[in-house]
Amino acid sequence: MQAVTREEALELYEDMILGRNFEDMCAQMYYRGKMFGFVHLYNGQEAVSTGFIKQLNQPDCVVSTYRDHVHALSKGVPARAVMAELFGKATGCCRGQGGSMHMFSEPHNLLGGFAFIGEGIPVATGAAFAAKYRHEVLKQSSPDGLDVTLAFFGDGTCNNGQFFECLNMAQLWKLPIIFVVENNLWAIGMSHLRSTSDPEIWKKGPAFGMPGVHVDGMDVLKVREVAKEAIDRARRGEGPTLVECETYRFRGHSLADPDELRRPDEKSHYAARDPITSLKKYIIEQNLASEAELKNIEKKIDDVVEEAVEFADASPLPPRSQLLENVFADPKGFGIGPDGKYRCEDPKFTQGTAQV
Amino acid sequence: LVPSASPTSPESAPHRVRSPRPHHHERERERETDGRRPVAASHGGRRRPLQAQIRRGPTSHEVLMFEALREAMIEEMTLDPTVCMIGEDVGDYGGSYKVSKGLSEMFGDLRVLDTPIAENSFTGMGIGAAMKGLRPVVEGMNMGFLLLAYNQISNNCGMLPYTSGGQFKIPIVIRGPGGVGRQLGAEHSQRLESYFQSIPGIQMVACSTPYNAKGLLKAAIRSDNPVVLFEHVLLYNLKEKIPDEEYICCLEEAEMVRPGSQLTILTYSRMRYHVMQAVKTLVNKGYDPEVIDIRSLKPFDLHTIGNSIKKTHRVLIVEECMRTGGIGASLRSAIIDNFWDELDARPVCLSSQDVPTPYAATLEDATVVQPAQIVAAVEEICQS
Repeated sequence: MQAVTREEALELYEDMILGRNFEDMCAQMYYRGKMFGFVHLYNGQEAVSTGFIKQLNQPDCVVSTYRDHVHALSKGVPARAVMAELFGKATGCCRGQGGSMHMFSEPHNLLGGFAFIGEGIPVATGAAFAAKYRHEVLKQSSPDGLDVTLAFFGDGTCNNGQFFECLNMAQLWKLPIIFVVENNLWAIGMSHLRSTSDPEIWKKGPAFGMPGVHVDGMDVLKVREVAKEAIDRARRGEGPTLVECETYRFRGHSLADPDELRRPDEKSHYAARDPITSLKKYIIEQNLASEAELKNIEKKIDDVVEEAVEFADASPLPPRSQLLENVFADPKGFGIGPDGKYRCEDPKFTQGTAQV
Repeated sequence: LVPSASPTSPESAPHRVRSPRPHHHERERERETDGRRPVAASHGGRRRPLQAQIRRGPTSHEVLMFEALREAMIEEMTLDPTVCMIGEDVGDYGGSYKVSKGLSEMFGDLRVLDTPIAENSFTGMGIGAAMKGLRPVVEGMNMGFLLLAYNQISNNCGMLPYTSGGQFKIPIVIRGPGGVGRQLGAEHSQRLESYFQSIPGIQMVACSTPYNAKGLLKAAIRSDNPVVLFEHVLLYNLKEKIPDEEYICCLEEAEMVRPGSQLTILTYSRMRYHVMQAVKTLVNKGYDPEVIDIRSLKPFDLHTIGNSIKKTHRVLIVEECMRTGGIGASLRSAIIDNFWDELDARPVCLSSQDVPTPYAATLEDATVVQPAQIVAAVEEICQS
């Protein structure tokens, strides 16, 4: 395992604790009726998000799926903005218009949040294409190299056309993208082994000419090592990497999933490999920090998450006038009304009562 | 159908100046007193789309439709280095309808990107690139192929500006040829405007002349909204004189083709030519129809359309979409909602048959609206 400094280890620990506590709070809030719809929690998979995203800089992009809360937090989106979005409040990162499955943050280069599996992968490929274009066509270069894009998705997605089409295009044009497979063995109730002819996903990388790597996704230090290498490759313009992270979700697919199909021994096997417990053990054994310091971090994060809930609770719901905003970047797209004026010039338009 | 006469008669000139629209006139006056040329005004800073400027005269040149589109691409790609093209065979092959001929030599093969056959993924790639500051023009080799990209067009193109709470804009143009051609078979003869029209967050325009093709493509590229531009397989060789000077057509406006007093015919794309052919017969018979090319399929220009209906009180829609769920269906509905009191007769819509376009020529001809049917419909409406 790669050596890690005290600062790095504490950063990793804090980020994973944030992810875990936040998701636990989401479950509580959901059952208390503060959060609605489909909510997919990330418990157990923290090492993948932390291991990868903490290696990124601000200009690097992350594209996720519906299981996106923790990716957003790792990328730096404030917990209060994510919680407010989940509560459907106007102060949410997407003004309450996206919800759990559509987390976006332009300042943090979080390009979604997608509800249908696979549909974020082409978007990520486009972000990587734009990075290459900025460098080669617009001649905007950074001393760090190309801006990198991470596309996160699951085992189920690896049987979807968009996955293969994008592996091809990314390698063809040597795009600075890393395809991160969070293989948690289950796509709702469909076991990966029942749906995939060759279940070893990492092997599909070399089929397209790119490196395919398998890593223990329950070990943040191992993920971090693989991530670093893949990110450096991409920055140097050497092209994409396919990384398969073996991981596990401790909860059901979503808060609506009774999770009856997974066997108890499988669950307890992975529970024993809890990434947070493992890192804590490592930090203590390597004398990087004391138990007390780790407890302080946990307390600090408890406060952050509590504050996020208070903020979300106190925030206003979106007003009716917000309904028609943001449908178009240029609201002239609503067209010209019978009176000859652009509809968006109608005062009732922003009140959300105009008929379009 | 390639009309033998030039489609550019004075009657068919885009007709902005005559339709009274105080706000637009104000903006036009502002621009006239601004001594700078339109091209200079669009460098750097914020770009404002220009209204159509009709300056016909000695400085014009003749082009075919596909050349007009190509000129638009060249001009916009020269003005703005973030404009790029993505599609199958757009690079080395020059585009299956030659719209991008020579462009990859001019701009390089990253800016004119030849893609593998993966419509959903390369359209999604265009969307991701647009979110990160580029202005891609995605070509569907045939509009029908974009059925494979429906996931990306609907879920991402249309939705992301909204679901991201306005954080991202998607200034993408999706263009390509559609419509019924010459015995191309059912799958290559589709009218995708029917299927896309419900997607919130996109604009749809259809070009029908070299002049409006160039103007609309330029406007679409400059727009910050996702715009789908529908071209027609049979219209690429239309010939017309277009201004040498730069111009833009307004995305949201309809085009007056032939002013008249007796009834309003609303049409777009190839059917415009079937309508104008029918109009020759109708004029000989003493009728005086007003013909409007709606151009903007989503949203409808209810001002131009409404002014016409207020004048004539009778409407005929002639479209190439199928009867069920087409642009005509929506347009008829919008007319009834907005202009019911102005109507003296039921609004009639002539559409294609709800049939997969057959290969045999006689059957294919029978699926689309022919000039004789248009003549008959006008006679019936005017006599009712």
